[in-house]
Amino acid sequence: MLQARLRKSFDPQPDSAGFTLDLEFSATAGVTVLFGPSGAGKTLVLDCVAGFTPPDEGRILLDNQILYDAAARVYLPPQKRNCGYVFQNYALFPHMTLRENLAFAAERKPRLERHRRVQDMLEKFRLAEAAGRRPHEVSGGQRQRCCIARALIAEPKLLLLDEPATGLDAVLRAEFYEVLRQVRSDFATPMLLVTHDLTECFELGEEMLILHGGKIVQKGTPRTVLDEPATLEVARLLGAFNLLDCEIRTLDPGRNTSRLQVGEFELEGPYFPGHLKGDRVTLCVRPEQLKASARNGKPGPNQIPAALLRAVERPHGVRLEFSGGGVPGPVRVTLSRAEYESQRDNREWVVQFPADALRVL
Amino acid sequence: MEIDWFPLWLSLRVALLSTALAFAGGLWIAYLLANRQFRGKDLLDAAVTLPFVLPPTVLGYYLLVLLGRASPLGKLWEAIFGSPLVFTWKAAVVAALLHALPLLVKSARAALESVDRSYERAARNLGASEWKLFWRVTMPLAWRSILAATALAFARSLGDFGVTLMVAGNIPGRTQTVAVAIYQAVESGNGALARTLVLIVSAAALLLLTLANRLSPSRL
Repeated sequence: MLQARLRKSFDPQPDSAGFTLDLEFSATAGVTVLFGPSGAGKTLVLDCVAGFTPPDEGRILLDNQILYDAAARVYLPPQKRNCGYVFQNYALFPHMTLRENLAFAAERKPRLERHRRVQDMLEKFRLAEAAGRRPHEVSGGQRQRCCIARALIAEPKLLLLDEPATGLDAVLRAEFYEVLRQVRSDFATPMLLVTHDLTECFELGEEMLILHGGKIVQKGTPRTVLDEPATLEVARLLGAFNLLDCEIRTLDPGRNTSRLQVGEFELEGPYFPGHLKGDRVTLCVRPEQLKASARNGKPGPNQIPAALLRAVERPHGVRLEFSGGGVPGPVRVTLSRAEYESQRDNREWVVQFPADALRVL
Repeated sequence: MEIDWFPLWLSLRVALLSTALAFAGGLWIAYLLANRQFRGKDLLDAAVTLPFVLPPTVLGYYLLVLLGRASPLGKLWEAIFGSPLVFTWKAAVVAALLHALPLLVKSARAALESVDRSYERAARNLGASEWKLFWRVTMPLAWRSILAATALAFARSLGDFGVTLMVAGNIPGRTQTVAVAIYQAVESGNGALARTLVLIVSAAALLLLTLANRLSPSRL
């Protein structure tokens, strides 16, 4: 188990703004995802844990071993930290064969055991036939498996992965997720994975830490984070929501209802604890929670008449963009292919906001 | 015509020895410059580069002051080895070293720095000591450039004239290197000897430069 409290500041430079990393987290068995936009400090966290970058303050504990403690002036070099690191570019040694790459990492093991471990790993990661070739002579999939095998061969207590799937094509990516799931079940090593891809969080992550500007802004499973983003900032980072300015007109805790003024229309929603009547808030609702259909006369409850701006084909359905009803900004709705096909000739549309899907931030 | 081959052999010996010394020392300095942060790093870098720009007479003067028989270093040498350093062929090695070292340090530093840092991080992360990292990862990835630099350093130390003349003198059969011998041959009107030596030195330098170019991944 990894427990870390880190603080590191960079003073503003003429060509860059200042930055402060200030966070505290723990990672247990399974995959913990560090999610955030570029420049949020994700890789810096990995580098601090691995010992490549010294933090200014804090403490890093790995299975009760102190890797770093500012107060006690403990700072283990990377060699002594026993953290596997899967680099974004894999960093396989180009002048060594895959087997030699693994052997290099296994040299801390006793001589007799070393050879057997290398062979085991080569077989486990389906590298046996490519073992005698150099990294540039093997396929991308073999490279990535070799990199993970090399990181695991010294039996690290923690595996750090820095955007390992970035830049891979869809096939390799799927293969990579499969390998990591395999690692998760075969090795008890906790993994800390850096990504800015929400799908990846769902593929692999049990626990998600959302980083923004050097701070953790939300923790939770990918599902809870997506269902209940803690702040407007998180909702923006996830990029998966319609975020619409609105005003709370009524709040009724007894009946668990509320009314929201969105543009020229009022929507009925659930009771929003912690808010007051008259608050200017942001309505936060995912495109797949909304429905769009043909307009028949006067719009019904929780329907807003809107004009279709464009329809964009997506792998899993069609993304429609509407405007109208005085709603600030476009409203995005995701329909399945079949739903869209049956309605594509609609002249006038209404967007349906289901009351129980509405959240405000 | 009877040609005295001694200057050629002496130059070869001087160049080999000074290149070996420059390799050992230069690689170490290049490693420090490429990997460590320390006070006076810029100063060390500048000091190592100095022989590139200073006139040979200035360098020779410094060496005479530093290593002459009256200097502490010169006395130490004489106490250990029983004979003075200056005006022997060993002084010619020091003179050649002065020119081989900056070439080696500059190129080796560039070669070491051109190795992708992520390999070094990976090696450290996998538990490799700095020593193992250097010899098993950095050097194998940089050896072509470093070898090219060594060839250049060898070629350069083969042809030193000014500093050698000042600190080793021009004692035929003892400290007369090929560059000095050519000078003397021209001065004394021995055109045939000068031509022969000039041709041999030029051919050797051309060969070494071709080799260096072949070795270096990016042409020097």
